Amino acid sequence: MDKGLALQARDVRMEYVDQATGDRLLAVDRVDIDITEGEFVSIVGPSGCGKSTFLKIVNGLFPATAGTIEIRQSAKGVAHAMVFQDSSLFPWYTIIDNVAYGLICQGVSKKDAQRRAQPLIDLVSLTGFESKFPYQLSGGMQQRANLARALTVDPEILLMDEPFAALDAQTRELMQAELLRIWSEANKTVLFITHQIDEAIYLSDRVLVMSARPGRILADITIDLPRPRQLEIKRTPEFITYADQIWGLIAKQLKPHIHDKAAHPGGEAVA
Amino acid sequence: MSVALASQPLRSRPRNRVTRFLSNERLLYGLAGIVVFLLAWELGSRTGIINEYFFGRPTGIVEAGIREVQTPRFWGDLAASFFEFASGFVLAIILGVPVGLAAGRFRRLQYALDPWLNFFNSLPRIALLPVLVIMFGVFGPWSKIAVVFLGAFFSIVIPTMQGVRTTDKRFVDVARSFRASERLMFRSVVIPSTVPFIITGLRLGVARALIGVVTAELYTQTEGIGVLIRRATENSDANRALFGVLLFTISGIVGVESVRRIEARYQKWRPATSLDRR
Repeated sequence: MDKGLALQARDVRMEYVDQATGDRLLAVDRVDIDITEGEFVSIVGPSGCGKSTFLKIVNGLFPATAGTIEIRQSAKGVAHAMVFQDSSLFPWYTIIDNVAYGLICQGVSKKDAQRRAQPLIDLVSLTGFESKFPYQLSGGMQQRANLARALTVDPEILLMDEPFAALDAQTRELMQAELLRIWSEANKTVLFITHQIDEAIYLSDRVLVMSARPGRILADITIDLPRPRQLEIKRTPEFITYADQIWGLIAKQLKPHIHDKAAHPGGEAVA
Repeated sequence: MSVALASQPLRSRPRNRVTRFLSNERLLYGLAGIVVFLLAWELGSRTGIINEYFFGRPTGIVEAGIREVQTPRFWGDLAASFFEFASGFVLAIILGVPVGLAAGRFRRLQYALDPWLNFFNSLPRIALLPVLVIMFGVFGPWSKIAVVFLGAFFSIVIPTMQGVRTTDKRFVDVARSFRASERLMFRSVVIPSTVPFIITGLRLGVARALIGVVTAELYTQTEGIGVLIRRATENSDANRALFGVLLFTISGIVGVESVRRIEARYQKWRPATSLDRR
């Protein structure tokens, strides 16, 4: 793997067999990605395009059918950790036990794990909520805990799978700003999956646009906006230009379906 | 034109103990229901409308109870029934929970056990009673413990197995993602999400185990509260027999309440829903 890279994916391909029909389906195809250390990279794409699948391959939850993924690993910490979509905290554990979970998995004693989880709880501003259960927290706070849980194992690269998708629009904006603050403090490489274009631009150094299934990388767009970024940046002309460019690429992916529906009114769409 | 909406002032929870008791309609009417029924029964037997000889009388049951607890034989019967129930039920938990967990975890084990689970679950277990008496003997507690065990065991195994099989994939993925060992995965994900199912099994098990005690004692006629009931009816002492029945009812209530306590202890993490309001 090249020097200075945190992740290098080459020609990643993932096929699976549909259990209902027995058909072989291609979820992800010919994906090449390089992520530099400390970089914040997002993948956007139409829903069902295989972006979450790709992330789960990186996380080791799914096997790739072909290709290689290399992730830098330092002596301390782990190579990667995942921030899952909403409500993935264990409802039967308190917040501190949830955040400490990754360390418990590594065989750290409960007491040590809790002690090491505390600074991360403070980092995500959940101080005072350690002994609450997830249901006692708002959705935004639950996602903060979710983020802290991934950071506790000190991963080389943080994998985030649409972590704010289930939040309301206002909370989501605040969480995006919070994530940038935490990212600059924690100094992590991030691979972020979202279907929200403005979220991707606002957060990222680079936005990768993925095609409809099978997922391929269509474009690699460097976001040349100054940091630190305030939420107001979303209303600048530069930001909107990026948004238009990315939306143009994604809309093209959606179009065939629209055409098919229009061409066969009342009939089944032929994708 | 305007539409008038009926408004309702918000009533705060009364502070005073007495007013709070009086405003708890559920408790109040529940008690009233019991008192009215017992009074009608009592007055009915005293006026001769109800024949006390066959139907008993509430205060008569209390008197019979007071007489009964002064005999040493009663305490022996109570101890015997309790021992049969407790050992059969505890044995059912000790074996049922692990078997259920294992069968839920290992698909092939479940396939192998399925025919037996179906067989014993369809079988009216009471029909096995005479056979169990041959196997384990009339005297001593063993045949009765076996009946109690069979009653509770399957009630515990089946829900436990289903609980493991319905573990939420999201949480399994989280554990995998953090490289949890198989053991930790079981302890941190599978067991906590199966606890509500185990509790359901225990609740069903208490009732089945109790039925087991009563029928086994009535059948074998050695010792226990079941024998107390039988002896009382042979002497046509309705009050004394009903006292025995009351003891079983109380055991049932105590059993279910204990399960509820266990549930509350393990379910702290669950939000209280409106359905939980008591």
